[in-house]
Amino acid sequence: MTTIPSHSRSVLFAAIAAGLIAAAPVMAQQPANPAPGAPPTPAGPSAPTAQTPATPAQGSAAQAPAAPPPWAQGRPDNPAVADIAPVQPPPIPTAADKLPLAMFKLPPNFHIEVYAPGVANARSLRVDDKGNVFVSTRQLDRVYALTDKNGKREVKTLATGLNSPNGIALHNGTLYIAEINKISKIDNVADQFDNPPKPTVIYDDLPSDAPHGWKFLTVGPDNRLYFNIGAPCNICMPPPTHAQIRSINLDGSGAQVVARGTRQIVGMDWHPTLKQLYFTENQRDWLSEDQPNDKLNRITQPGKDNFGFPYCGGGDIPDPQFGWGHSCDEFTKPIAQLGPHTAPLGMRFYTGKMFPAQYRNAIFIARHGSWNKSHKIGGDVIVAKLNPDGTVKSFEPFITGFIQDNKYVGRPVDVEWLKDGSMLLSDDYNGAVYRITYGPQKVSAAR
Amino acid sequence: MGRAGGAAAFAALVSVGALPASAAEPPEKVAACLACHGAEGQSATENVPSLGAQPAPYTVIQLFLFREKMRLADPMNDMAKPLSDADLQSAADFLAAMPPPKPPDDPGDAARLERSRALTEQNHCNICHRPDFSGKENVPRLADQREDYLLKALREYKSGQRRGYDPSMAEVLQPVDDAMLVELAYYLARVR
Repeated sequence: MTTIPSHSRSVLFAAIAAGLIAAAPVMAQQPANPAPGAPPTPAGPSAPTAQTPATPAQGSAAQAPAAPPPWAQGRPDNPAVADIAPVQPPPIPTAADKLPLAMFKLPPNFHIEVYAPGVANARSLRVDDKGNVFVSTRQLDRVYALTDKNGKREVKTLATGLNSPNGIALHNGTLYIAEINKISKIDNVADQFDNPPKPTVIYDDLPSDAPHGWKFLTVGPDNRLYFNIGAPCNICMPPPTHAQIRSINLDGSGAQVVARGTRQIVGMDWHPTLKQLYFTENQRDWLSEDQPNDKLNRITQPGKDNFGFPYCGGGDIPDPQFGWGHSCDEFTKPIAQLGPHTAPLGMRFYTGKMFPAQYRNAIFIARHGSWNKSHKIGGDVIVAKLNPDGTVKSFEPFITGFIQDNKYVGRPVDVEWLKDGSMLLSDDYNGAVYRITYGPQKVSAAR
Repeated sequence: MGRAGGAAAFAALVSVGALPASAAEPPEKVAACLACHGAEGQSATENVPSLGAQPAPYTVIQLFLFREKMRLADPMNDMAKPLSDADLQSAADFLAAMPPPKPPDDPGDAARLERSRALTEQNHCNICHRPDFSGKENVPRLADQREDYLLKALREYKSGQRRGYDPSMAEVLQPVDDAMLVELAYYLARVR
């Protein structure tokens, strides 16, 4: 298992690296003590979960009080956490001339520009053979297409009224959309931008829980759709239908469970030569400021791998509530730890030709950044270079600067490649898509 | 603050045009809102919320949901339809600077208030809405909101009729019965 290194070769990146890497030495040395925020009484793996309504008030079975919101499950009784809560992105996109491009730092000869402003709540990215870019949303109800018409970039809304349609994937000209409770498709989507049909549902055998209900969607080398079903909580014993990766045929038939014990996943991609599924996984909140680490995982035994939720967090921390009677060694280890609460989301292998050869087959990972920490970390794009066997050789920062004075000026979500090998990056906080190019001179934005 | 300091502070306020909110002219497109929502931040209209001191990010989100028809509520979808993103923001900023609504003159039933105050804690309302229910960012102010609107909003969240920007309210209200919602609204409309 590789942890993010605690040093950085480049002075330029020292500051970000501090955030990127803060976790590694801490977690390597800390004993697995229950954190201050942990529930005081450990319970067995079959204990009632946070999904169970709280005990009814005495004398009135009907008067059950509300449970805390899912994000606040496990929150310690400590005034220091009063201001720590999920960061909601504004619904309205930032004006093009107010986007914080000047704050972003990249390695020498890489350049960042605005590809499309005005893409409210921009989340997952996909690019078709013709260069059309598809963008999903999570807080909103829609999917967009970014098209070029007579040299002018347009943001077209393809579908609305969707239930948190975070997951999108393309295959042979068909756009697949994963909402919380169903997966649907639009055939020949690029021919229908001006009058798109309502998506056709292909699969709806899915729970409708909103917490961690949003999905990432990808098509495998076996021409099947792969997606996650998250744990419906911060920490709980999930029902057998949740906390897993599932796959289906392109027509929705033949559902299979590919992996279990996954808390929440918002990024997956396939190794270009090994053809194994890699994915980022977000770990529980409120265990402590510095634990557990979010993870980079890989499936080597489809149908058999269990990644440990809710028994083991970060690959090495027995859960203070659910870990009793288990060992982290029972579960598939992550191939890397990505820092506590850093929220790694989108990830893609680089197979293009624009970036230098050292980046070939490396993984670019967008870390959305922490909310569950006093001092925010993440909020960057990092690059993982791999060994020939697919294990992680090293990490480097790639784009930093999304956190300024402990506040977000933007939040990176997903990375994808244009045909010319340049990178697209979505930012759901600003409602924008950026493009990253490599070359001795800045390539001006095509508008 | 001494008299001179007060005068200087007043001069500074005047110089940037930041008169007390109630004296400021609303942006043109906000004037229509105040007919129902109240010119002083306090609504006198049945089932229509007071908007004074409402956190601006919350108001922007609601106006956006109305405009995009993600939250359906007559007549707000039509009212929001012509508004630009900049209009949403300036309206929300203006409303946030208006004075907060006041509790009703009637002090209410002291014993019931104490019981219902305890229920707001048991139901964890104070985690997101703050211990004084003043709200923060995307989480709305509840203190001294109209009781009829509070109850309507709680019922609509619980039934799924009202879609939130995030699903927290629908989730947390699932185990809560209607009698409890009535008590929560009773206290929140009378925060002193």
